[in-house]
Amino acid sequence: MAKNANRKLARQAAITGIGQSAVGRRLNVDPLGLTADACLEAIADAGLCRDDIDGISTYPGGGIPGAPGFSGAGISDVQDMLRLKVDWFCGGLELPGQLGSVINACMAVATGMARHVLCFRTVWESTAQGTGPRGGIGTGGGGRFRAGGFMQWTLPYGAASAAVWIAMMARRHFHEFGTTREQMAQIALNARRNAGLNPKAIYREPMALDDYLEARMISDPFCLYDCDAPVDGSTALIVSAVDAARDCRKPPLLVEAVGSALRGRPSWDQFDDLTTMALRDASAMLWERTDLKPADVQVAELYDGFSFIAMAWLEALGFCGKGESGPFIEGGNAIALDGEIPLNTQGGQLSAGRLHGFGLLHEAALQLWGEGEQRQVPGGPEVAVAAAGGGPLGGCLLLRRGD
Amino acid sequence: MTEKPFRLLPEVGAENAHFWQGGAEGELRFLRCQACRTYVHPPAPVCPECLSRELSPEAVSGLARLYTYTLNHHSWVPGFDPPYWVAIVEIDEQPGLRLTTNLVGCSPADVKIGMRVRVCFEEREDGIYIPLFEPENS
Ligand SMILES: [Zn+2]
Repeated sequence: MAKNANRKLARQAAITGIGQSAVGRRLNVDPLGLTADACLEAIADAGLCRDDIDGISTYPGGGIPGAPGFSGAGISDVQDMLRLKVDWFCGGLELPGQLGSVINACMAVATGMARHVLCFRTVWESTAQGTGPRGGIGTGGGGRFRAGGFMQWTLPYGAASAAVWIAMMARRHFHEFGTTREQMAQIALNARRNAGLNPKAIYREPMALDDYLEARMISDPFCLYDCDAPVDGSTALIVSAVDAARDCRKPPLLVEAVGSALRGRPSWDQFDDLTTMALRDASAMLWERTDLKPADVQVAELYDGFSFIAMAWLEALGFCGKGESGPFIEGGNAIALDGEIPLNTQGGQLSAGRLHGFGLLHEAALQLWGEGEQRQVPGGPEVAVAAAGGGPLGGCLLLRRGD
Repeated sequence: MTEKPFRLLPEVGAENAHFWQGGAEGELRFLRCQACRTYVHPPAPVCPECLSRELSPEAVSGLARLYTYTLNHHSWVPGFDPPYWVAIVEIDEQPGLRLTTNLVGCSPADVKIGMRVRVCFEEREDGIYIPLFEPENS
């Protein structure tokens, strides 16, 4: 492909504002109220008013059955609540990860479909799932329930959670590359250290390697601390066309490149390389579309729904070699706030809560604007990457602070 | 024979009956392209290699290699009690032809990626036979 042809999206879209509701365990409040808090904060943060918003994008959209609290608000909920008049809107689940909805918004503003798109994601899994243990996917149907579609290949085997599927990917990585639990622990320990500096993080008390190694096993090699924590909360951001972004309050965060590729089979067990999965393809596409290199990135906010996924993103995005994430994160220095590539600076989903990809992008923007307060990455970072998804779902964005 | 655990069962129809009911004859079956001989899984109406629509079920040997596994300790499905092994096995007949399954009849010391396994079946109601895998030399 000619070089210019695959750069059409480069620096055409920008993040201009961010917002986030209260985040917590079992807040027992209306998720639409949380959504309103996040959306209105993002609009104000961009220096816009609601009449400026002419597009809406979300993941996964409203009305997702069988997954309590997975979708706290859909497009029409938000559009009607704020009486938005929009030229473009899109909400859906079949996307390259949760941030696929933000990539959609970038395309909408780059093609002139909209000027300022409100992107949001609301979860209320903590309240919706109640106080019991975390349940499996699609297991609530009772005795006559029969599994169809792709679930028929996993549910009969008690493989009813991404925890089980991704644990098997981690196990394969351990086998091929000699990765250890002590190495993987650094993802959780780093997240907890950073969470201690984030007043909104849900788990802030210090955690030591022994705490990790003694924790209850969920699906070997994953223990409790390898799995993110369901929360209630909403995150929103504004994606603006680059010319419209000049009118906003803050320096635009230009979307330098995105990755949305899936070049292997869309399957949790048939994908050719289970140690990388879709992360390999999304990351490759991102670097095919920019002159920036991994060494230019100063902040990485990488999906840690399970600890191993963040390791797989580190490899896929080229912060270390394939199979080398274990030695790379060993000891934790490379990914610390003052390390080679500061990772999940707000505490990730492991310690700051499962805001499902959007919390990571929110944090990347916050860091580039220098608003990280106690957890601010030193040196005024100008380039950040945010990536979300695991298994056959992955999408990533490379952000660069404009003037 | 030990008592069978509760299992969520698959919805069986024309497109997947060969797989879920093949155990009645002791056979692990996959759709196979009659033009280029590719095994196709999950079942689909078109061969992904040559796009032929001539696909019919054929039995494989039931021999496979352990590709990866987890010893699951969490109760995801009420009645299906942990701990239990979940595994992905790669079927001998075709590289990349994999199944998610349960590993049975083995102790933790036995389980190694790359180990040889073979299919066995657990009979359930409505003619459904769940393919499971056990060590080849058990
Ligand atoms: Zn064929």
